[in-house]
Amino acid sequence: MSKSIEQKSVKFAVLFALLVSLLMISTAHAGKNWRAEGNSKASEMAQTGGMCVRDTADMRRNHMDLIQHDRDVTVHQGIRALDGSLKGCVNCHANKQESGEYVPVTAMSGPGGSQFCASCHVYTSVSLDCFQCHSTVPTE
Amino acid sequence: MKTTDQTDHKRRDFLKTGVAASAVTLAPGIVMHTAEAAPRDKAVDSSVRWGMLIDSSKCASGCDSCVQACNDENGLEAYSMPEGADPEKWDQQRPKWIRSVTLKDNLSGRISNLPLMCQHCENPPCADVCPTGASFRRADGVVMVDRHICIGCRYCMMACPYKARSFIHENVDIKPELAPRGKGCVESCNFCVHRLDDGQTTTACQDACPENAIIFGDLNDPNSEVSKALAEYPSVQIRADLRLNTGVRYSGI
Repeated sequence: MSKSIEQKSVKFAVLFALLVSLLMISTAHAGKNWRAEGNSKASEMAQTGGMCVRDTADMRRNHMDLIQHDRDVTVHQGIRALDGSLKGCVNCHANKQESGEYVPVTAMSGPGGSQFCASCHVYTSVSLDCFQCHSTVPTE
Repeated sequence: MKTTDQTDHKRRDFLKTGVAASAVTLAPGIVMHTAEAAPRDKAVDSSVRWGMLIDSSKCASGCDSCVQACNDENGLEAYSMPEGADPEKWDQQRPKWIRSVTLKDNLSGRISNLPLMCQHCENPPCADVCPTGASFRRADGVVMVDRHICIGCRYCMMACPYKARSFIHENVDIKPELAPRGKGCVESCNFCVHRLDDGQTTTACQDACPENAIIFGDLNDPNSEVSKALAEYPSVQIRADLRLNTGVRYSGI
């Protein structure tokens, strides 16, 4: 009796691990193309071996915590000299059209296909509220 | 029909170049540098309390330089009237951080003009009533709205005795970098907090005033221009009876 429960739980654990790894592979894949085919500052940096404020895997998992933490620190404590900011994300990851105009980071088409934020967020169906107020293109 | 009033970028660029020239030549060989502006890296604390003294006797009737400068700085005009809206109603509900107010003394008939904005109270009623904590007073005395947690209930607008707050009723055309905003949040004057956090010590309205009627600075520093002016000239708080200890004071009313 107890043996079969154990077997079942092992089976479940294997299945669960498989599902999680599949999900991870799929989300990782969804955000891949912007880098190779884009012309943003981040793409250029990636080609020369440069790195974001954290390594890519870390950013993919934890960027939302970083951004949320920074927003509270900035608004309530006035600290603006932070290593990450939403403005920084947009400035670095926005691609340019041939005409020289920036493509919004939430656009579904442009150089390299769907743009930086859209490429993962649309795929995973996670709505993105930042840009109801914040700018989707660099404002230099 | 859609009317668009967008930020005048040429004017903004002009202002930017004006700010960029921070080194002033006083005489050959003597150059005065203003403090090096750098983004803030430490949390604000209560050793500073930002405040303002407005000399309303210098406010010429019809002058709206400060209002215009505020609108430009904070992108308050990047905002279109929706199709079919009533223009009069629309105009009444536009976001305004500074209101140009005319007062008349019924006894003497004396008329005074003054800009009225958020008074940055020490005990702000807006923060008192806010159900989410979005309306708050920063340690350095700036009363502001955290739009990330504002739910748009507008209780603060009811609570403010100065009618200083505005609600964003419609989607905005341009999302300004300095004051990101979207439909459904309340906002008000924040003493150009983006400038303060960048190490600057002036506000847009102060810079724009042709009569130098607005003095801005640290109320806690006895040597600041605003503290010296407050010590020298008689000044009042508007609705002093409410005991809010406002950060904005007026003289010449």
